[in-house]
Amino acid sequence: MYLYNLTLQQATGIVSAINGNFSGGKVQEIVVARGKILSLLRPDDLGKLQTLHSVEIFGCIRSLAQFRLTGAQKDYIVVGSDSGRIVILEYNKEKNVFDKVHQETFGKSGCRRIVPGQYLAIDPKGRAVMIGACEKQKLVYLISHTIVYSICGVDCGFDNPIFASIELDYSEADQDSTGQAANEAQKHLTFYELDLGLNHVSRKWSEQVDNGANMLVTVPGGGDGPSGVLVCAENFVIYKNQGHPDVRAVIPRRADLPAERGVLIVSAASHKQKSMFFFLLQTEYGDIFKVTLEHGNEGVTELKIKYFDTIPVTASMCVLKTGFLFAASEFGNHALYQFQAIGDDPDVESLSSTLMETEEGFQPVFFQPRGLKNLEETPQIFSLCGRGPRSSLRILRPSLAISEMAVSQLPGVPSAVWTVKKNVSDAFDAYIVVSFSNATLVLSIGETVEEVSDSGFLDTTPSLAVSLIGDDSLMQVHPNGIRHIREDGRINEWRTPGKRKIVKVGSNGLQVVIALSGGELIYFEVDMTGQLMEVEKHEMSGDVACLDIAPVPEGRQRSRFLAVGSYDNTIRILSLDPDDCMQILSVQSVSSPPESLLFLEVKASVGGEDGADHPANLFLNAGLQNGVLFRTVVDMVTGQLSDSRSRFLGLRAPKLFSVKVRGRPAILCLSSRPWLGYIHQGHFLLTPLSYETLEFAASFSSDQCAEGVVAVAGDILRVFTIERLGETFNETAIPLRYTPRRFVMQPKRKLLVIIESDQGSYTAEEREAARKECFEAAGMGENGNGNVNEMENGGDDEDKEDPLSDEQYGYPKAESNKWVSCIRILDPRTATTTCLLELQDSEAAFSVCTVNFHDKEYGALLAVGTAKGLQFWPKNSLVAGFIHIYRFLEDGRSLQLLHKTQVEGVPLALCQFQGRLLAGIGSVLRLYDLGKKRLLRKCENKLFPNTIVSIHTYRDRIYVGDIQEYRRDENQLYTFADDVVPRWLTASYHIDFDTMAGADKFGNVYFVRLPQDVSDEIEEDPTGGKIKWEQGRLNGAPNKVEEIVQFHIGDVVTCLQKASLIPGGGECVLYGTVMGSLGALLPFTSRDDVDFFSHLEMHMRQEHPPLCGRDHMAYRSAYFPVKDVIDGDLCEQFPTLPLDLQRKIADELDRTPGEIMKKLEEIRNKII
Amino acid sequence: MKFILNIFFLLIRGRVVWVLYIYFSPYRTFTRNSSLISGLKSFEKKMQASDRFNINSQLEHLQAKYVGTGHADLNRFEWAVNIQRDSYASYIGHYPMLAYFAVAENESIGRERYNFMQKMLLPCGLPPEREDD
Repeated sequence: MYLYNLTLQQATGIVSAINGNFSGGKVQEIVVARGKILSLLRPDDLGKLQTLHSVEIFGCIRSLAQFRLTGAQKDYIVVGSDSGRIVILEYNKEKNVFDKVHQETFGKSGCRRIVPGQYLAIDPKGRAVMIGACEKQKLVYLISHTIVYSICGVDCGFDNPIFASIELDYSEADQDSTGQAANEAQKHLTFYELDLGLNHVSRKWSEQVDNGANMLVTVPGGGDGPSGVLVCAENFVIYKNQGHPDVRAVIPRRADLPAERGVLIVSAASHKQKSMFFFLLQTEYGDIFKVTLEHGNEGVTELKIKYFDTIPVTASMCVLKTGFLFAASEFGNHALYQFQAIGDDPDVESLSSTLMETEEGFQPVFFQPRGLKNLEETPQIFSLCGRGPRSSLRILRPSLAISEMAVSQLPGVPSAVWTVKKNVSDAFDAYIVVSFSNATLVLSIGETVEEVSDSGFLDTTPSLAVSLIGDDSLMQVHPNGIRHIREDGRINEWRTPGKRKIVKVGSNGLQVVIALSGGELIYFEVDMTGQLMEVEKHEMSGDVACLDIAPVPEGRQRSRFLAVGSYDNTIRILSLDPDDCMQILSVQSVSSPPESLLFLEVKASVGGEDGADHPANLFLNAGLQNGVLFRTVVDMVTGQLSDSRSRFLGLRAPKLFSVKVRGRPAILCLSSRPWLGYIHQGHFLLTPLSYETLEFAASFSSDQCAEGVVAVAGDILRVFTIERLGETFNETAIPLRYTPRRFVMQPKRKLLVIIESDQGSYTAEEREAARKECFEAAGMGENGNGNVNEMENGGDDEDKEDPLSDEQYGYPKAESNKWVSCIRILDPRTATTTCLLELQDSEAAFSVCTVNFHDKEYGALLAVGTAKGLQFWPKNSLVAGFIHIYRFLEDGRSLQLLHKTQVEGVPLALCQFQGRLLAGIGSVLRLYDLGKKRLLRKCENKLFPNTIVSIHTYRDRIYVGDIQEYRRDENQLYTFADDVVPRWLTASYHIDFDTMAGADKFGNVYFVRLPQDVSDEIEEDPTGGKIKWEQGRLNGAPNKVEEIVQFHIGDVVTCLQKASLIPGGGECVLYGTVMGSLGALLPFTSRDDVDFFSHLEMHMRQEHPPLCGRDHMAYRSAYFPVKDVIDGDLCEQFPTLPLDLQRKIADELDRTPGEIMKKLEEIRNKII
Repeated sequence: MKFILNIFFLLIRGRVVWVLYIYFSPYRTFTRNSSLISGLKSFEKKMQASDRFNINSQLEHLQAKYVGTGHADLNRFEWAVNIQRDSYASYIGHYPMLAYFAVAENESIGRERYNFMQKMLLPCGLPPEREDD
């Protein structure tokens, strides 16, 4: 089996973010690393972030830094990755790519403890970079056995660059068995100086520092400040510099924080202006503090910490010069905040001068979090299924989101709709014209949309086409003729000869072609005076099915091409040039009669907003009656057709309409679903819209919506806009209360049962009580109006008005053995919760399944595995485990507890097996039957080496995954076959009778299969493999499974699922990851495709090595050699290559670049 | 499984000695070069005192340069400590893994990173008592 790996939705979680002027000039931009993706974002004036460029680097980005050469206008990016190389990138504005400026190899690849890449520090003047590892560093001669916590550059003006690092030497602790050395182990702050003259690094200064130190922040130096560093430690911020006494201040604590917990700074941002500078430090609970330094000639006199605001915990923060704060959240949506104030009020919580030393240590300072005062939220940009209070369930549909602007009922069932401007130069449309079977309705667009009768359109007949013709006159084509309405109100009518009727019309701004019944074509042109003149007649062999004229190229008087589709399954291209008018230029035969034709012109662009260069192109699109969209390239000179592609869209013949998307022409195809074809980042994408079936559509532009669509379906007129272009999925988010763990589908009603649990939190009642207390204490606080009743609802997720929403502030922390958990039933269609059970007494739900027991007394029951008082650290311990059995009531909308059975471990996996319940409890696999008061043990197997995390069953086989190993069981729970490799399984999925797919926590996906002979043997063996099992082999089961597929995703896969995303598409395995990406593995169906793509992948590896210097093959084989998986993400970078390189690769493959792109598109279309 | 077959040749007292060594890339990232070192150690027996001194100093240099490199006299505790430190470094290096742990323990990623760093000091508890040298 060969698989094709394709990422459907890129990861959205952010590892690290930096800001600067990467494209040069004054624009502030942000570069974010999303694990293996590097993206450049730019906030626009409205406070929305736009992704300018995004590239997969096939490596793991660990750190980012930006620097600017002295006197330059542009920032460069330094990337620390797992490639063992340091890479300096520059953003190339013209081509919209990252260019590699420099690449230097210094060590082995992979995330290793002694190979630098984990930390990056930049000299503030851009002269040197220090790159560090978890142990020992680059640029510094060897320091033995030291753990490095953080490094940063020290701003010392234009003296020799100095770097600071927090280090911990453990060499003595390793030798001393009494533990004394370990207790005395002391963190040091060490300064390293790079002597620019000698090109040599020396250890300049080292001093003891607080043992909780974890982060360093550069303090501006030279002319701007006192130089030195801020050391962030647990509970403290300390200013340190060489030859300067420490200035220490305590970090304020939340009043409700348990005493055992410290406060740790997790991210920092600094802002520097001409006259002042400040730092924003965020704690692990999300509170941001503003830190300022009072300094004079004698150095820093005071360190001030002031509570600034609370936002969700971030991985990185960036203060933009334009007054925005970009917060890259650890989990959940990232956000851009606008500064309202910079917290200049004098009420500072913590000062270094007021620090009190008491007998127990330093006196803590407390504060209460409050609503946002200094920051203002702007629209959200990205999303990731979160955790804790920011959790949500997201329903993804592979389609584009639309937003409906207006829906209105019409008096009859319309057959068509058009919009028309009054003048070419108008920005907005003037009329919506709706045609019925015997009348035409004209609506004028203004403040409101209303019917008008003075437009000059004939309203007693149906219309075939309405458009603007010439500069300022309107044309209405009806079955009996053409009505030409001049700007001054004069009306010219052209009537069809005899009793023939017009059946089809094609027009652009200057040319009109009509087809009469019987197959006669008549061609009109607008002359100099704005008059519509008949130019030519042409008799076709049969009736015309559809026709279209290409848009007039810029600077020309007319377009040269007319496309005519006939019922004899052909499309002809006719010339409209005066010298060879109505000559057939080319013929294309298609599989079924064409229903609709549309020319789409793509203008030449170089490095536009969306990326690569595009030569000008003209595409002819045809919707065929069998539901296929057929697309070919029209040669702009000769009219020859080439490079045809087709795609099945739906059961109805697609009708094609031209619309505008971001100022560019796009096509809207209405089949049984609406689809949009548009160009995004150099690719032509055809994506379904999440909307109902439409009959007819036209582009719509008015004051309120610049790029909308007006469409008719049934007797309803709809106006909508298309949003979030470039995304594959349209998502609907439903907020949840705690971190979701698992869900199952209730089979009959299609309701979802979700279990949620969180460690170290208070229950809803406790939270509410604490909240009340807090508000009472605060009384009429600065932000509250004292309305306690309103606050009481605060615990509810639904209450959006709550000024202290949990989404923003997080749940208060409790002791680590406290858990909160709930079971929720949710109706995904209406996105409503029908039942919510909160578990009591620190019980947390970990597994869930529905089960039908033999006796069928209750029908389907819900089994939930829970644990009470579970603790991971210092030792894995728990009070008790339980399996709850619930009964569905009210059509599955609510639950009733039947009974609870105590078990000795955590039931992490539950599954139904032949009318009984299989449970993985710790390392025991046990079969239960339903009793009156509790579950009854029937059978068990205690031979698993580790905790069981997944169970699947199929017929009489059981597939068990344990936390380290994967095994498979048979019949009376005899281990029958297992895998030879130990795995830390995070997700598994049963593919077929003999095959399992699995994913481990290192980011690998693999498939294992039972050899055919073994599989046959076991089916015939009457003992079910019992005898063989007693023998065993290699400390395990007697049979071993074979690994058939192996691939490194580079991200922890949390779920696997088999699905087919489009009608007629292939079935593929979908995976979701911790960082929020979704991908698919599609099995190849033909050997030819395998050959082609493996060769393409090979050439891509050679010609287009990954940006950050990691070898692609090595990356995909990071833990195991990649086996039988072709990386579609790499192949899909083919269109971004320079044209000559594309041609070179194509030559090697004996194809043209166009054919390769067609292949790539085809395989993508099979998935989505 | 990935095997890398390497052929080294060493010049020992003028004779060319070929060493075939199979480099076994284990599942975890923390690759051990102990097979190389044990291979070298076996050579030691056949060598003169001066060579031995030379090889030893080379080994020491290797071990000092590459923290975590094993040697023939490595005891169980030292081995485990290296494995644990390598694991923690790998967790810190792979952000998705940190996120995975953070979700499980309901902590922030920054706190998880700090905890792992702190655990690198004594990952396996106190070292065992030394029986005399």
